[in-house]
This record gives sequence, structure tokens and C-alpha cells, in this order.
Amino acid sequence: MIAHRTRRKVTNFVMFTLTGVCTFVAVAVLFFILGYLLWQGGHALNWNFFTKLPVPVGETGGGFANAIIGSAKLLLLAAVIGIPIGFLGGVYLAEFGGTTTSFLVRYTTDLLNGVPSIVIGIFAYAVVVVPMGHYSTFAGGIALGVMMIPVTVRSTEEFLRAVPNTLREGALALGATKWKSVATVVVPAALPGITTGILLALARVAGETAPLIFTAFGNAFWSPGWNQPTESLPYMIWKYATGPYEDWHQQAWAAGLVLLSLVLATNIAARFILRRQVGTSRG
Amino acid sequence: MDSPSTVAGRMGARSRARAFRQRLQHGDQIAHLITLIFAATIIVITALLFYELYTSAAPTREKFGWRFLTGTTWDPVALDFGALPFIYGTLVTSALALIIGVPLGVGAAIFLAELAPLRLSAGLAFIIELLAAVPSVIYGLLAIFTLVPFLREYVTPLLGEIVGFIPLFQGVSYGVSLLAGGSILAIMILPFIISISREVLLAVPREQREASLALGATRWETAWNVVVPYAKAGIIGSIFLALARALGETMAVTMVIGNDPRINLSLFAPGYSIAAVIANEFSEATSGIHISALIELGFVLFCITIVVNAAARLLILTTRRKASGA
Amino acid sequence: MKRIIPIVVLTLLCISCADNERTSAAAPPAPADQVLVTGAGASFPYPIYSKWFDQYHRMFPQININYQSIGSGGGIRQVMEGTVDFGASDGPMTDDQLKQAKIKILHFPTVLGAVVPVYNIPGVTQEINFTPEVLAGIFLGKITKWSDPELKKANPAVNLPDKNIVVIHRSDGSGTTYVWVDYLSKISPEWKSKVGVNTSVNWPVGLGGKNNEGVAGLVKQTPNSLGYVELIYAIQNKMSYGKVRNSEGTFVKADLASVTAAAAATVKTMPADFRVSITNSPGKDAYPISSFTWLLIPSKIQDQTKKKVIKDFLQWMLTDGQNMVEALSYAKLPKEVVAMEQKALASIE
Repeated sequence: MIAHRTRRKVTNFVMFTLTGVCTFVAVAVLFFILGYLLWQGGHALNWNFFTKLPVPVGETGGGFANAIIGSAKLLLLAAVIGIPIGFLGGVYLAEFGGTTTSFLVRYTTDLLNGVPSIVIGIFAYAVVVVPMGHYSTFAGGIALGVMMIPVTVRSTEEFLRAVPNTLREGALALGATKWKSVATVVVPAALPGITTGILLALARVAGETAPLIFTAFGNAFWSPGWNQPTESLPYMIWKYATGPYEDWHQQAWAAGLVLLSLVLATNIAARFILRRQVGTSRG
Repeated sequence: MDSPSTVAGRMGARSRARAFRQRLQHGDQIAHLITLIFAATIIVITALLFYELYTSAAPTREKFGWRFLTGTTWDPVALDFGALPFIYGTLVTSALALIIGVPLGVGAAIFLAELAPLRLSAGLAFIIELLAAVPSVIYGLLAIFTLVPFLREYVTPLLGEIVGFIPLFQGVSYGVSLLAGGSILAIMILPFIISISREVLLAVPREQREASLALGATRWETAWNVVVPYAKAGIIGSIFLALARALGETMAVTMVIGNDPRINLSLFAPGYSIAAVIANEFSEATSGIHISALIELGFVLFCITIVVNAAARLLILTTRRKASGA
Repeated sequence: MKRIIPIVVLTLLCISCADNERTSAAAPPAPADQVLVTGAGASFPYPIYSKWFDQYHRMFPQININYQSIGSGGGIRQVMEGTVDFGASDGPMTDDQLKQAKIKILHFPTVLGAVVPVYNIPGVTQEINFTPEVLAGIFLGKITKWSDPELKKANPAVNLPDKNIVVIHRSDGSGTTYVWVDYLSKISPEWKSKVGVNTSVNWPVGLGGKNNEGVAGLVKQTPNSLGYVELIYAIQNKMSYGKVRNSEGTFVKADLASVTAAAAATVKTMPADFRVSITNSPGKDAYPISSFTWLLIPSKIQDQTKKKVIKDFLQWMLTDGQNMVEALSYAKLPKEVVAMEQKALASIE
């Protein structure tokens, strides 16, 4: 009897430890990634990296400047496309929707969310690059924007729904029309959550490479405007990591460090916004 | 008595006010319309996506029909294309990812939801969620220089010695292989399994736990025999979601899988996944049928992920409803 | 909090405006004068092309010729579809491809290069001799170990380990592959019937790397591997590459002299469209796996500015540009070919 109880206690302890180990492994992976990138890429991060263009193959020096700016432009375009469609789509689902249309919109949003990023690349190639006749920042931005939509819609709708009905009814009772109450009361109340969703979506597409392979294409120089092919951080990391030159590897590590830092910083910031909101709304 | 101008002024003001109010009411309809248009854009985009994929893949369908799914040759010279090696590679790496990732992930989720103190759990969960944000190409970058040599030098020789009699573990180890692909995928899907499983486990009503503990069960016994079965559907749903993610992963996989369109039983051998072959060959396929075959592959992948995603959502929904119902 | 999104958007806007400023900062001409020409294709000549375009940009700062090394297959496809302004390939376009193209495409040879067998055998630093039969056998999957008797026969002095050969080939459509399998088809009837010649083939064995860079990278990281890359990649990465026995029986190492010798015989029979194969060519000192590499230029270019840039560049490439190639271990074009090309320039409208 006592032995049986002890065995159960032992099992409890063992499983506690085992599952703890599993958790530790998961957590350790993140620190390993960060640490390794810092170790390998830290010293390649110099002024050159941020300001110079890439140099001819086989030479050393040179930097990722055009890739950093290219990524920024692509993100801007993705935001311009993804945020309005995502946000207003979410508003529709939460505030205005009828049953059939809402169902259809939700279903297709889910479908879109499940599309592999490479397939989005094919799609953007077929509908933007081919008709335009050349690769461009524009095509890349559209591909990334389409990828942002589902996440933005879902988080907007969720956080709008989370706003208590009392707020809506209060606004309506004061004589506001529906759209006014939504615009001036409901949306601001849900804004931290919506912002979080948008930031997370941006961070996610910032790291995407596959959709850019057949759209933004890559560029050894600066890419003025929106109509030319452009270099981007993830694409260049891929190129440099799979090449043979040691110098390329160094730069890939450094670029990886920059990209990861930005993505993680955005994620952490986004979640903090959310937490602060949750805290204040309770109080 | 008011002067005619003031009367007229007041009447003008009233009609202006009426017009303004009318516009406000129309404002609702305008808002409805605007948001509807943007929401409908989503439907249009998805429909367009389907249409493009379907029609561009038409030449392949005409030439090969269902044979495309069972063909094993991928020959751009003879223009003979078969999808089986890529479906095989995609499924094997994803299955391997699940085999490695599910025990780790569910174990960690149980720890975080049931066994760990609350604040530690929240903090660790936060960190693990950050893992989901790491871009695929960075996983690939690390995998090339750390995972692949590690597998090649230590893991595969060891596996070969211990379980080498199973055909799965035979053959020369190059490092880049199905095993490498599956391993990096396992790491990439961990955060999804953990965070969703943790959520569904936390959603299980307190009463269940308290009842079990009241009957004298240890915390582990409660977790394993009461909470987990209750949340089973949701956990399986999270696994399906992770699977859907793994199926579509492109960059990390193509950097470590070896890019060899052949079906090899051994996990040590190189392979090829659908997403990887599209990434490598799409910009350069010169014959129309080659391009069409690649797009057909993309379409096949899309269909697989649709099915898996739908199953996942259904399962997660079932758990949530059960938890709130009970 | 409310301000975050506008702040993020504003930051992104400012950064992207920086782009426009930089392109105009370099030269007196206004931003409108910036010309961007896009090309894509072979990784075989990528080192010299990137050097050329960089040099040309230094000479004419308003001209940006953006070349992406995506493989010859990509170059052919993109120039056929018109999504790039010019392509590049080491495998000449087939008649079928030329027919399929939207406009007529012209081939302009730029340099001569060699494809070498690179290997990474821990402990072996000597040069390895490869006979044609050995190369075909390895890539057909029939010769599987470094200690195979055929290899030992050709290399009596080298201590080859009894390890499996890890074959590494291209995973993308490649002109380098074209040259390699063109050679294998010429010396191995079995290869010709089983696998054939193309920029992308159904490899009997091996792992795939993307572009010359990818293959070089894989060979460097994988012990006991054998791959094929353009000569300069082997040199720049200090990789071991072997000698190959040529049609006259001599084991030749790839270098400027042996590659130039390979082209010498074909100069008299150069066709008007410049599409020619010089693998396994006659000549005592010829390196058997050599090749021309071509720029694929559309015969009609709508944009007048781009047309002028391309024609000017080609002219420069045929004269001053040729003086830069030997430093990167590519061989210059034979004089007769240069003369033919200069005449052919006129046919770009």
C-alpha cells in the first residue's frame, strides 16, 4: 500500500521532471538561436554592413544596405495593402456582417491563411509580374500584403468582439449612429489588440522569403521607386547562407541577427501593448 | 415677431439639419458598404488564387491526369513529371516533425498548464511563443551550420549502429537528408503545439481538476488521466495545425533536405518536398509543361493544407465548446 | 500606443525615401537619368559579370545593370518571357526554345570558362586524375566508392579512402550542368541515352545544390563529396579540383591555356548565331570540359535608353572588358570571335 503510494509519488516527480525538460528544450532553442546568431554575426555588424552595397562575387567588404531598405519598402507596401483590407474586413465581420456573407468571408480568410507562402509567390507572379512584364517591389509588396490579411482580419474581429456590448449600447443611447459608435467608441477600445495583431502580422511577413523569390527578385544596387526589382533581407540571407564564400556566411549571420532582432522586438512590443491594456481595463 | 430673414434662416437651418441627419443615417449604410467591399476583396483574392492555380495547372492535368500523383519520375528533359517523390518527401518530413515534436510539445504544454507555478508558466509561454516568430530562413541558416553537421557526425552514425537493421536508418549519411528536414520542422512547429495545447488545457474547467485531486490523485495523475483526455480534441487540433504549418514550410526545408527527387526509404537519404522544388525550379522552368507541373504541385499542396486546417479548426472548436458547455 | 502605427509607417516611409536620394547622390545627372537594366541567368560567369557591372557602374554611375545569378535555366526562361532585359546562359538555347520565345533572341559569347570536378576528401590533398569513364560511372551511380579500381588505376600514387562518393549536382536549371552533361553525353553513350543533355536533367544519383555557389557550398561542407563547378568558384574557395583526360589521352588541368586551346579549333567553324559546343574538343592541351558562355539579348529592344546601354556595354565588354577576365581565371574570347560579334551588334534593333 505504502509502496504503491510511493510509486505514484515517484511517477509524479519523474513526469514533472520529464515535462520540465521538454519545456526547457523548447525555451533553450530560442536562446540557442539568439546566442548563436550573436556569436557568429555580432562582429560582422559594422558600419559597412548597414551602409554599403554588396560587392562583386568573391570580394570582401560590402554590406546589406540595399537589402535593409528593400525590406522596409516591401513592408510599407504590404502594410498599405494588408492593413486596410484586414482591418475593415474585420470590422465588417464584427459589426456589420450578415450571416451568409460573414460565413463566406470567414471561410475564405481561413483558406487564405492556410495557403503556403510559396503558393502566394506563384499567385503574385501570375497576377502581377507577368502582366507588368517585369519583377518589381510592387509585386513583392502585394504578395506580402496578401499574406498579412488573414491574421489582421482575425485579430481585428476578435478584439472588436471582445469589447463589451455595454460600450456599444452606451454610445447608441447617446444618439450616435452605428458607424459613429463603431468608429469613435468600439474601435478605440479594441485598438491595442488590433495594433498587436497588425504588428505581429508585419513581423511575420518581414521574415518571409518564399513569396519574394519570383516577385521582388533581388537587386545588386539601390532600387528607386516601386517599379524595379529589389533586394530584401531574407532573400539575401538565403543567397549568402547557401553560397560557399566565408565572407558571405559572415554577412548572412549578421543579417540574420538584424532580422531576428527586429522581428523579436516587434513581437515583444506588441505583446506588451496587449498586456498593459488588459491590465488597465480590469482596473 | 421674427423678421422674415430669421424665419427663413431658421427654416434653412432646420432643412440643413434634416439633410445632415439624413446623411448620418446614410453614413451607416456607407460604412456598411465600405467594410463590405473590403471584406469582399478577400473573397475575390482567394477566388482569384484558386482560379489562377487551377487554370495554370490545366496542361499538366490534361497530359497526366491522376497519374501525376503516382508518377515517380521528375524529368525536365523528357518532360515526364510525377508528383510522388515530392508528396513522399513532404509527408515524411512532416510525419517526422510530428513524431519528434508532439511528445516534446505536449509534454511541455502539460508542464506549463498543470505542473508549473503560474507566473513561471506565463513567462515561459511568452518566450516559447516568440519562437513562432523566428523567420524560416533563419531556422534554415542555423540548420545548415549546426543541425546538419551535428546529424552527420554524431546522430546518424549512432542511429545507424543501434537501429541500423531497420531500412529507415540505413545508408550513407550526408547530413542533408529527410532526417534533417524533419528535425528542423519539429523545432519549428514546437511553439504552435505548445501554445495551443497549453491554452486548451487551461480551458478545462477547474472542477475537473479539483475533483480529481480531491479523490487523492497526484498532480501528474490528474493531468494525464483527467485534464488531457478532456482536452484531447483540442490537443489533436493543435497537432493538425502544426502539421499544416509543417507541410507548407519552404525555406528551412529546402536548405537542408538535399534536393533529390527520388523516393528513398532511408531517412538518411536526401529527399525533396513540394514547397522546396517549387522554390528551386519555378523561376527557370522553360517548358510550359514544366511550369504547369510545378503549379499543379502547388495546387496539390494547397489542397492538402486545406483539409488538414479544416480538421484542425473543427477539433479545436469541439474542445472549446465542450469546456464552456460543461 | 495609438501613435505606434503612424510612427512605424512614417519610419518606413523615411527609410524608403532614402533609397531615392542615394541613387541621385552619386552623379550629376538628375534621378530621372538613372537607368536600371535587369538581367538574370548563369552562375557560371557570375563572378566576372558582377565585376564587369560593378566596374561599368563606377565608370557611368547612372547606369545600374542588375544581374541576378539564378541559373542558366532561369536566364533563358526570363528572357523568353520578357521579364528581364537580357539573359545569360552557358547552355545555348535549343531551337525549340528559340521558337517559343516572344521575340528573336541573339547569343553573344562573353568569356570562355571551364567546369571542373571539385572534391572534398579528408586527408587527400593531391590532385586526382579523372578519366571520362570514371566521371560517367560516378554520375550514373555505377562507381560508388573512392577506392574503386578505375579510380585507383588512374591515380596510383593517391591514397583514396574506401568511402562512398557523395555526388553533388545542381538542383536548378543550369548551364554549368549543360556543359557537364554535354561532355558526359559525348564520352558515354549510356549517359546520352539514359539521361541526356539539358539544363535540368533527371540525375541518377546525388544531392542538389542551388547554383554554382550552392554546389560549392555543399561540397565544402560534405566529406567525401564530388561536384562540378565553374573554375573560378573552385579557385576562390580554395577547393581541390582534378585533372580530366582529354580526347587525345592527356590528363589536363583547367586553366587559361587549356581552355583557350579548347576553343582554338572551333574558331574557324563558328556559326553565325554563335551557338557551339566545345566540350571534348581536339587538341593536345585542350581541357575537355570547357565552354563559351553567352549573353542572351533580344533582337528588338523597345526602350531606346536601355538599348543604347546594352549595346554600349557589349562593345565595352568585347574590348576593355576582356582585359579583366583573366584575373578571374576566365579565358578571353578569340580575336576572330570578337570581330564577328562586333559585326553582329548591329543586328540589335
